[in-house]
Amino acid sequence: MNQPSIIDEATRLRGQLPDGFRDGIVESLHNDAARIAETSVTEHGEGGRPTLDRLLDGALTHRVWGFAVMGLLFFAVFWFTISGAAGPSGLLSRLLVDYGHGQLHALVAPLHAPQWVTGLLLDGVYLSTAWVVAVMLPPMAIFFPLFTLLEDFGYLPRVAFNLDRLFAKAGAHGKQSLSMMMGYGCNAAGVTATRIIDSRRERLIAIVTNNFSICNGRWPTLILMGTIFIGALAPPALAGVVAAASVVTVAFLGVLVTLLVSWGLSRTVLRGHSSTYSLELPPYRPPKVWRTLYTSLIDRTLKVLRRAVVMAAPAGALVWTISNVTVADASIAAHLVNALDPLGWLLGLNGVILLAYLVAIPANEIIIPTILMLTLTLGPNLFGAQQGVMLELGTAQTHTVLVQAGGWTLLTAVNLMLFSLLHNPCSTTILTIWSETRSLKWTAVATLLPIALGFLVTGTTATVARLAGWA
Amino acid sequence: MPHTELPTPSVNPAPPTDPVCGTCALNHASQLLSLGVDVSGHDHVVALAGNPNTGKSTVFNALTGLRQHVGNWPGKTVIGAEGGFGYRDRRYKLVDLPGTYSLLSTSEDEDVARDFLVFGRPDVTVVVVDATRLQRNLNLVLQILQITDRVVLALNLVDEARRHGLSVDERHLARELGVPVVPMAARSRQGVPDLLETVERVALGTIATRARPVHHGDVRTERAVSELAHRIQREYPELTNTRWIALRLLEGDPGIERAVTDGTLGRLAAPAASTESFTDRSGKTHS
Amino acid sequence: MTTTLDRLRNGQTATVTALDVDGAERRRLMDLGVLPGTPIRVDRVSPLGDPTAYLVRGSVIALRRHQARGIHITVGQG
Repeated sequence: MNQPSIIDEATRLRGQLPDGFRDGIVESLHNDAARIAETSVTEHGEGGRPTLDRLLDGALTHRVWGFAVMGLLFFAVFWFTISGAAGPSGLLSRLLVDYGHGQLHALVAPLHAPQWVTGLLLDGVYLSTAWVVAVMLPPMAIFFPLFTLLEDFGYLPRVAFNLDRLFAKAGAHGKQSLSMMMGYGCNAAGVTATRIIDSRRERLIAIVTNNFSICNGRWPTLILMGTIFIGALAPPALAGVVAAASVVTVAFLGVLVTLLVSWGLSRTVLRGHSSTYSLELPPYRPPKVWRTLYTSLIDRTLKVLRRAVVMAAPAGALVWTISNVTVADASIAAHLVNALDPLGWLLGLNGVILLAYLVAIPANEIIIPTILMLTLTLGPNLFGAQQGVMLELGTAQTHTVLVQAGGWTLLTAVNLMLFSLLHNPCSTTILTIWSETRSLKWTAVATLLPIALGFLVTGTTATVARLAGWA
Repeated sequence: MPHTELPTPSVNPAPPTDPVCGTCALNHASQLLSLGVDVSGHDHVVALAGNPNTGKSTVFNALTGLRQHVGNWPGKTVIGAEGGFGYRDRRYKLVDLPGTYSLLSTSEDEDVARDFLVFGRPDVTVVVVDATRLQRNLNLVLQILQITDRVVLALNLVDEARRHGLSVDERHLARELGVPVVPMAARSRQGVPDLLETVERVALGTIATRARPVHHGDVRTERAVSELAHRIQREYPELTNTRWIALRLLEGDPGIERAVTDGTLGRLAAPAASTESFTDRSGKTHS
Repeated sequence: MTTTLDRLRNGQTATVTALDVDGAERRRLMDLGVLPGTPIRVDRVSPLGDPTAYLVRGSVIALRRHQARGIHITVGQG
């Protein structure tokens, strides 16, 4: 029996159907669903939303209070993170860096291993890993659970609701504000969080701009510069506030750059319609505190930390190697710093900073120790530093080292803060961008665009400052 | 929907098939494998579907003991997680599908979820629905029921519904849908034992599920669907979801058209008994 | 009174009469439960003026103004 194929039959039947039959199919499903739901659900009382939810929304999306609470909550999260992490970080640093490093040296001394082996493994790999753990673990162990609690409570969609108009004007998706905030903890996590955005175009915008959220690894640089260079300009009573304000200014600048770059991308290479937007404001749910602490510790903190450690170990080995391998009367590091110095000068930075950013691509956390170490070993040795060994100094000593041995000025500090905001993402983030986009082109854009902006901005500041005679 | 027999329970007394049957066209394990699911060591495959933000991941965690982070914003699970759990000597593979509002193929997520249900043919599909948003959730349930009727409805967030002054008549709902309904509050682990029990009974076929067909208001559409479904039924008498396939073909769904022309549909229509189980009674794997 | 959803004022309740959008946008709206016959109410307006959150079948859904413009409603029922 020779009958038409099923496909042909379908095509024939389709031809007989009215134009809007697809919508009709969807609608009959929805109508069925509505009918079943109506007969299955009984509403007691007045219905609608619980009073508590309405009251909370009234405050959290209020024209004045909404923004005030938003600012306050995020300030509180960062404040808890920064101040709460200081103690444990110091403790870990004493344990792992001061004590652990010395003990390890004492332990392997009887083995009489060649000096380059102990140097590479203990002074390079171990020390930088210990540094990253000490600097990163406490803030992340505080930041992620706090952020997760806000998320579980249902607050984040309200933030997206409050800020949507700004992102809409920038041609981006309203949910970009959520991945942006996630980026303040870790850019790699922020890039992954862009999955909540449906359209590829808007998701790419969110991915490319996520790096303008200052991640945990960069806060220490900003706080240190703010404290020893900018806070120091103010009378002692105000020093703390001025330092904090300078850090907040840079963070705010990051939001501005995010919106500007989103706007630029959505009007040029990523032009297109804004996708179907729908944001649900879910009911508030009391967070399960203990479970949240546990899951966010396991799921986010340790995962991010593991990646950072995996990245920091080779970086430490590299720093040690370039500081200790001598070629033509100087270490490789010295040659590199000399080569980078002219560009550094142009950007109001110096060769040491640029080299530090090169070796610290794996983990931004080691920027400051690397800068200190390179400055000390290449310049006059003030605190008895060994070649290629990272060390921790107090803020006063750090100031002395940078100004006396490194020749730093206020311009260097300001530009380092700007460069800390505007430079390539760390390698973990770059890998995450690649695995999320599977596009070499967009990974390259996300990597190179921030650094181009960084060169532009720091170069401009340096030129203006020099022309005006400030530096 | 013209119903054939309910699929044979998967306690399969037949001797184990060839271990290299991953390439054999009749084995639905190979279909699962091609969708990226390793089924070795499991007696049944359970799919977990549902709208975004219904507590699907919480149910997943409650069943598997995994601690996948669950956020309170819609659309967290994009790439489905997999996990396993055991219940009364049987091992289950749980596949978390992306949270979607619908399966009408308007996004990549919807395609992933739909392909898994159609071509992966899970033994049981648990659809997690939010009791406080039943209407919107039922839309997805009705679509899933057109594909498979081996469904358990996990009516989640009943505690929250109570807080909103809503109560759901789950017996009426079960009657309307033709599948068992388990009320749950997964965040506080309420209803998990009931869900496990019901999943087992649907997997073993001791609960007969019988999904009700969706009729289309428009007479012409209804006639076309029936006619095409009839035609498909003649060609593949073992297929249980002919009306749904007819509907997709009428809409010109490229994925389903491909499945018809390249023979995938024919393989799905192979007798159910030989495809339902990929482990023998002792639970030894031979995939 | 027949109008579009973007004209609905805070606290007013209306009934959806038609969806003047098509494609993915239309389906997404229906997925969210916005169908002809559905009662809809303004729950709150974003502090920056857009989007607006609507109460639809017990869920709160934020829609941007241009989307609301495509949803036809009659005011004063439901």
